[in-house]
Amino acid sequence: MVVSDERVSARRRRRAGGQRGGLPAGTSRTAGYGFVAIYVVLLLALGVAPAVYAIALALSTSGGVGFSHFVNTFNFFEFAPAFEHVAEFEGIWLVSQTVFVVLLALMVHTLKRRVSVAFRLIFYLPGAMAGSASAVIWLFMYTPSGSPWAFILHGLHYQVLSNTVQPSNLPIIFAIMAFFTGAGGWIVIMYGALNNIPDELIEAAQIDGSSALQTALRIKLPLIRKWIVYMLVLSFAAGSQLFVEPQILAVATNGQVPAQWSPNQLAYYLAFQQDSFNNAAAVSVDLLVIGLLVAVLLVWRGRLFEVE
Amino acid sequence: MLARRYAYRVIGLLVLLAFVAFFGVPMLWLLLAPTKTDFQLANQSPFAFGSLGRWVGTFNHVINYQGQLMLGWLKNSAIYSGGGTALALLAAIPAGYGLALTQFIGRRALLGITLVVMIMPATALVMPLFLEAAAVHLVGTVWAVILPFAFFPFGTYLAYIYFSSSIPKDLLAAARIDGAGEWGVFRHVALPLARPIVALVAFFAFVADWTNYYLPFVMASQSGTPVTVGLQILVSASPRFTPTAAGYAGSEIFGPDLAMATLIAALPILIIFLFAQRMLVKGMLAGATKG
Repeated sequence: MVVSDERVSARRRRRAGGQRGGLPAGTSRTAGYGFVAIYVVLLLALGVAPAVYAIALALSTSGGVGFSHFVNTFNFFEFAPAFEHVAEFEGIWLVSQTVFVVLLALMVHTLKRRVSVAFRLIFYLPGAMAGSASAVIWLFMYTPSGSPWAFILHGLHYQVLSNTVQPSNLPIIFAIMAFFTGAGGWIVIMYGALNNIPDELIEAAQIDGSSALQTALRIKLPLIRKWIVYMLVLSFAAGSQLFVEPQILAVATNGQVPAQWSPNQLAYYLAFQQDSFNNAAAVSVDLLVIGLLVAVLLVWRGRLFEVE
Repeated sequence: MLARRYAYRVIGLLVLLAFVAFFGVPMLWLLLAPTKTDFQLANQSPFAFGSLGRWVGTFNHVINYQGQLMLGWLKNSAIYSGGGTALALLAAIPAGYGLALTQFIGRRALLGITLVVMIMPATALVMPLFLEAAAVHLVGTVWAVILPFAFFPFGTYLAYIYFSSSIPKDLLAAARIDGAGEWGVFRHVALPLARPIVALVAFFAFVADWTNYYLPFVMASQSGTPVTVGLQILVSASPRFTPTAAGYAGSEIFGPDLAMATLIAALPILIIFLFAQRMLVKGMLAGATKG
């Protein structure tokens, strides 16, 4: 309701603006530069410059310019596994997060408002533990002795932490951690999006004999599609940067979880333990390119962000 | 028919309760763990309550650990997040205004770049940022952390959306006719109306800065360690997870201490979260689509 009203008035405004040549009366063209100045300086120094620098480092070789650092890193035995690990983690996490966030938002949305407040708060509060706090909490959750989930861990015949965090389990281990801190915020956001659906629309469907399930799937779901895509893309970007969780697990398991588990960890290891900034830059650029591809796909194809 | 609907309801309720347990149990555990001894923590029911005295004792032990390390970490986190958020606001709010309500060459390009860097994986830039900071001798200073935090394109984008959809252009035009300069219009007309967006950007920036691990991990000196990195130091000082870490009596970090440290580290964000649920919704819904 609100959204569509705003959209109409925005269009009207745009049209009105167009008639005046897009410029409110009396606006000077130079003033704009002043307002964006600080931001542009930061953008150039801390966004564009490091990206360009990383690319330059990755491409500069002893013989001039070339791709040898990319080839080098590609052939490291840690390289392919690191990207596979994160791909597997992202696959598990993004699919389960999408399914459960949408499901829970739809379910909570059918509850009475007063009841749903409590549910939303419980789902959302773990978001405050993002990063190393959640990593430490889950160290305990994954340790069979004393864990509230001991009954599950023992059911899987895990006796100690190192059983739980065995290599083949790690993508799921990190997906659970990411879901714990990330899902609640998105449930709350989806709930907000569902609230923006006009009541008349839902009532009309019900009068036409649509069941609660049909209403959810055929009416509510398509209307929040945009936010699901938005969640997927932002989550993908965040997930590709996985660092602190495997880092803390590496410390807590005495290296059983390798310190080059994710590409970001590999880049860190190359830069600061191997003093090979060129190779580290190559890995960073790989990550950047993957991230940028998704970002560009979103901005231009997904039509998610309307730049007027 | 009625029976089936009833069954759906029960299943739905069970699913909801399962997720309540998933999200709620670790939080409840975190509150209860510091009431117990390390032995009780590993051997008693996870939901058993130790004693309140023990909770206070654990709190004191964590705070006083190694000459009050924890307080130093919290102070560093506060400096980084406070400084980063303040500068982010200083840059983002006027920039959003400029992008939304003024005209200049390159405006659309700047908007496009902002969108792209907003979704770019930021940690991929940490290593080149480190080299950049090293080149200008900033590594180990607070600026090596605060300046990258100050660059917050998501904040600029949110401010842009707010100014382009919530501030009537006629109001600004009226102020100009009354003789206000461009800066005066922003300062005296737009900014007083922008309080909600200032709060919103501050919320997102502060939470992102406080929970950031990788950037200060790379940039900060040992005395500049923030609480996120401090938690990792405590894990490596804990005999529970690092068997070689056993220190002299009384100096160890045990399970309950680690839980207490985690609680303290997250407390500022927990408090902000308790009050800011609506902000999150508003910000993200605005972020996904410009009306």
